[in-house]
Amino acid sequence: MIEELLNATALPIILVGAMVGIASSAVGTFLVLRGNSMLSDAISHSIVFGIVIVWILTGQQSGPVQLIGAALTGLLTVFLTEALAGTKRVKQDAAIGLVFPALFSVGVLLLNIYAHDVHIDTHTVLLGEIGFVWLDTVELFGLPIPQALVTMSAMTLINYAFIGLFYKELKLATFDPALAKAFGFMPTLLFYGLLMLTSSTAVAAFDAVGAVLFIAFAIVPASAAYLLTDRLWMMFVIGALISIASSVLGYYLAVHFNVSIGGMMAVMTGVFLILAFLGGPRYGVIARRLRRRRLAPAAKI
Amino acid sequence: MAWHELLSDYTFQNVVIGAALLGLISGPLGCFAVLRRQSLLGDAISHAALPGICLSFIITGSRDLGGIIIGSLVTGTLAALLMLLLTRKSRLKTDAGLGICLSLFFAVGIVLLTYIQGTRNAAQGGLEAFLFGQAAATLRSDLWVMGAITLATLTLLAAFWKQAKLVTFDAEYARTLGMPAAAIEAALTAMVTLAVVVGLQMVGVVLMAAMIVAPAAAARQWSRHLGGMLVIAAAVGIASGVTGASISTLSRGLATGPLIVLTATAIVLVSLALAPGRGLLWGIVKHYRQKADLQSRQLLYALYRHPETPPRTTLGARRTLSRLARKGYLARTEDTAGVTLTDAGRARARQVVAAFEEATP
Repeated sequence: MIEELLNATALPIILVGAMVGIASSAVGTFLVLRGNSMLSDAISHSIVFGIVIVWILTGQQSGPVQLIGAALTGLLTVFLTEALAGTKRVKQDAAIGLVFPALFSVGVLLLNIYAHDVHIDTHTVLLGEIGFVWLDTVELFGLPIPQALVTMSAMTLINYAFIGLFYKELKLATFDPALAKAFGFMPTLLFYGLLMLTSSTAVAAFDAVGAVLFIAFAIVPASAAYLLTDRLWMMFVIGALISIASSVLGYYLAVHFNVSIGGMMAVMTGVFLILAFLGGPRYGVIARRLRRRRLAPAAKI
Repeated sequence: MAWHELLSDYTFQNVVIGAALLGLISGPLGCFAVLRRQSLLGDAISHAALPGICLSFIITGSRDLGGIIIGSLVTGTLAALLMLLLTRKSRLKTDAGLGICLSLFFAVGIVLLTYIQGTRNAAQGGLEAFLFGQAAATLRSDLWVMGAITLATLTLLAAFWKQAKLVTFDAEYARTLGMPAAAIEAALTAMVTLAVVVGLQMVGVVLMAAMIVAPAAAARQWSRHLGGMLVIAAAVGIASGVTGASISTLSRGLATGPLIVLTATAIVLVSLALAPGRGLLWGIVKHYRQKADLQSRQLLYALYRHPETPPRTTLGARRTLSRLARKGYLARTEDTAGVTLTDAGRARARQVVAAFEEATP
């Protein structure tokens, strides 16, 4: 087992998967709590637009420029959505459903026009290639470290630095935006910051897991955590643990059945969600049913 | 390629008819989804069709449209049910439920897709195309299937028209009347799944969300009645389908799905700007008219009360001055004020002053 874990391909893949999960669920936690989960869907699709634009302008497919480009695209998505909803002519959900397919379409068409012989194609955009992360390495401390692992670790650090720095502000802005505003915490600005980080995380996770599976990593562990605890900090811990466990289990199952590694990791987060949904100590279906049964005799009196 | 040549082109005919059918079904059904604030359900359902497509392929071994339709109907409906279960039986909200179903079903689909690719099947080529659609590969036989689904769905909708309408606008009232509101809502959701299935071939799972939302959102601007909205949405859907498919064929190489979606989005933007009554442009025009009117009144008032004070020379004030001069209310003079009220201007100013004094006690 340990030899297998130290195997040159397994460890980097699992680590990248875990890092994608930890970084994504950190921002996803706030999206779930605020009721904006579908923004992760919108952002993850529309950053395709950003990636293509940055690539056409600078010729770079990854790296810091792409992260900044993604952050701006995320902002653009949210800004356009808010602007559309702000006209009061379409509802918020419809506005999301209008903006991201349009940006995604422009991205795909630009790829059609400009990209004939490059690495970014629509296939990678959607699926990612976590199985090949160990091919692209950088030398760090004398060790070949996968590029994706460096990027994802940096993203995890940035996300948690932001959350750590503005912990109480974010907490208040999430649970009581009105009070946060009254205190002068600028909840809207914080939220936009969070969404910029979400977009950057999405683009960093892009090469590894693709656009759609990023949504799973952002929303599902956070939702499972939400079903298990009432403490905000505990949500981060549980989200991270589920991400790590999903990454490990997903990798070995995927290798065993010879299927998509990223896909299997995402499926595993779903398994944990179902477990939390059914067996959660307080909000789980089973616990609630037992409690009702225990209370039933008392209710009869 | 000349137009008559294009029109007799077999592939082009198929693509255009297919795109038109997609618009015809997704427009009206999208209206219900948008009005019930479930715009993104179409997105979740369309992503959830992927595992169904793969399962049907694993079971039947071919990418025959019939099997794919049944497969995606099953998993699409399952995803919608799971969404309901998660949001009803736990404290997760709708948005989280949607995101969870969308991403997890899609993940299962990806796993199955790679499983199929691993099992050496030659017929699997093109399965991936369902992600983005493969309009050019539409067969005549596919059109018959799509047409039959569209016809059946629209007939069903017509049959339950009254119930669907009431449930959409006032589900509580429908329940008190003894209508099976939950069943009707479920039927409307299932019909969205049907629309998604028709769209898979044309625009693919990723862009299907737009085909549900965009025609309905455009139609909402032009009509205040459900019936009118449905007809307009169908027309917008068909128009975007045909336009997108035509551009795609003429351009050779540009993907059909994105072009259809962008056409629909463009129609939404035009509708938002120009629709009578609701259009943003009319709002802006009205705002400027009112602003100009107010400035004219203020200037008339000032000139009437303080005839010797020269008016300000800002751009806005000068524009108002020339507007009043054009109406014959002002005449140029050589004294310090530069302008003076004509008889007509004084009469109008008296009206303004009277109206102002009446309004301020």
